Amino acid sequence: MSTFATEFLKQARVMTADLRHRQIIRTALTNYEVVRDKRKGAFQSWESARQAAAETKWEAVNHLDKYLVEFVSKLEARGTKVHWASTGAQASEIILQIVRDKQARSVIKSKSMTSEEVHLNDALEKAGLEVVESDLGEFIMQLRDEPPYHIVFPSMHLTRGEIKELFQRELGDAPSDDPQELTMVARRALRKKYLTADIGFTGANFAIAETGMISITENEGNARLTAALPKTMVSLLGIEKVLPRLEDLALFLPMLATAGTGQALTCYNTMYGGPRQPGECDGPEEFHVILLDNHRTELLADAEQRDALHCIRCGACLNACPIFRNVGGHTYATTYSGPIGSVITPHLRGLQDWKHLSNASSLCGGCTEACPVKIDLHHHLLHNRRNAAKEKPAFFERLAYQIFGFVANRPTLWAIGKKIGRFGQPLQNLVNGSAFDPAKAWTQTRDLPPLAKESFKDWWRNRK
Amino acid sequence: MSEREKILTRVREALKAPAHFPGAHGNVALPISATSASAGARKWLPKVGETFAEQLALFQANAAELKAELQLLASRDELRAALAQMASDGNWKRIATHQGELTNFACADLGLPFCRTGGGYDVHEMEGCDAGITECDALIAQTGSVLVTSRSAGGRALSVLPPHHVVIARREQLVADLPAAFLLLQKNYAPDFPSMISFITGPSRTGDIERILVLGAHGPKKLTIFCI
Repeated sequence: MSTFATEFLKQARVMTADLRHRQIIRTALTNYEVVRDKRKGAFQSWESARQAAAETKWEAVNHLDKYLVEFVSKLEARGTKVHWASTGAQASEIILQIVRDKQARSVIKSKSMTSEEVHLNDALEKAGLEVVESDLGEFIMQLRDEPPYHIVFPSMHLTRGEIKELFQRELGDAPSDDPQELTMVARRALRKKYLTADIGFTGANFAIAETGMISITENEGNARLTAALPKTMVSLLGIEKVLPRLEDLALFLPMLATAGTGQALTCYNTMYGGPRQPGECDGPEEFHVILLDNHRTELLADAEQRDALHCIRCGACLNACPIFRNVGGHTYATTYSGPIGSVITPHLRGLQDWKHLSNASSLCGGCTEACPVKIDLHHHLLHNRRNAAKEKPAFFERLAYQIFGFVANRPTLWAIGKKIGRFGQPLQNLVNGSAFDPAKAWTQTRDLPPLAKESFKDWWRNRK
Repeated sequence: MSEREKILTRVREALKAPAHFPGAHGNVALPISATSASAGARKWLPKVGETFAEQLALFQANAAELKAELQLLASRDELRAALAQMASDGNWKRIATHQGELTNFACADLGLPFCRTGGGYDVHEMEGCDAGITECDALIAQTGSVLVTSRSAGGRALSVLPPHHVVIARREQLVADLPAAFLLLQKNYAPDFPSMISFITGPSRTGDIERILVLGAHGPKKLTIFCI
């Protein structure tokens, strides 16, 4: 087992036993489910909308070269500087180069999972820059020096009491544990940063090929301010973010909001098509867009799982997943957690090291049903298991199945096996769940039902 | 070879194997029609009535749910009076606004010092203003949103930096739904779009602490829409 798998199992055991944590997550997600279902119900047809969204993303991803070229040429035509990065390290280096050119000392960031993926904050801090996360949840996690817990709700596992203590300790400002007052603490702390930061950094939810714009979805207004005040704006996005047409947003913006947070539309949905244009009174003088590959083309090459690139990072599959809800976001130890993380992480970071995530699934299909762009998530978990076994077969597992196949194909042997099993089971009872139990992986946490006294086959033969 | 060429080459190489169409479970590549799959969005998105009265009622209901304030005003004089009332109720000392037919008219009698975007402005001055007063491109009945652009609403910061955003709109700016709003953008601006286009749906908000709704996270705590 890889050390990642061992660590995952260890953490998962701790977290599943943490009833307080499970209660917090359950409360948060129950509220989410209520509003999400209400919003889905408001659609004339959520199912048709899902199919249309899936087809639109399919079109974009399966003609990615064409749409990327269109997106970039439209952006460049209006004065945006576009950069391409094959790896996370290259993306960080491009941003550091911009920082050096601008002699920048501080960066204000709005929420970006792609920047988590390339560990941008580490790179910038190492270069001596002040980096401030402006999304409230991300700001809290930055103060805690932890990665986001969830791709949409970064600090959902924390209580107001914990956040109050954190603000008290790190900012010396926390009048009470009232969420309203705590939010105002962050507002006050960050206001000055927008006005003084040299560089505003954002991610993007969509890249519109037709008009050469990025689209950013948010609730707080922090991305709006980040894109308005600093002199230089830098946006990092994965190459798969492309949508063909501007009007596609009429479908994707409400679907992202519905699936992501249970809103009809999030508070600010903003499209940026360039730096400050002639005749405009504000906005950055320079706008840089960095397109990141970082193993996305490897996932693209896997035609069977290519639809995983349709993902719009709404987090709906995380919220639906019984594994995520019990082991929690940090247990995955990946940038993207939950079902989508389990599907794509083996492609982004190596199949053998991360195949265990595909086993952390009940295969209930809740994720596939929750996905607004119809990614076949639970089947992809099976595909990952198959691919991992094909690439590196597990000796004992294969042996066990070969023996099973041999016996199951021979009725006499099978009948003998059944008899042995029934008489042997009382012996197993003596060691049930202990270290000597051959079935201990199962019996540690579950009952082993007794074998029936009479098999169906015997009953059928003897009925009358 | 540049990184651009390297990435595009990898993309083209990867796409040589066709992927199955959504919902086709293993069946390979159906050709996609030339028209956009999402072009039919109107049929599936939340329903909007056809008459102006229905759309206005829906916008009102959505604005109320979003905790935005909507005032329907009968005349331009009422607009002036309503804004003056708001300024005195809110004890405004200073306002920020932009050059515009409606904003100029509404703010002319306020008697307050103002910071006007246009030829450049001081952000610290704007940050100290009690309200940002802007026009807009459209109101969207389906979602209760206000559509602003860097051209129609005095730049990028004016609608998010001051703690109270006041929008002045004309009734005929109300459109039914999101597809209509995007069509309007195409019609009014293509191909020379403003560098920022934003759908504002209620005052700034967050739920990052225990998923409890708090208004005024980083942007305005209050959003008022005057509709004349």
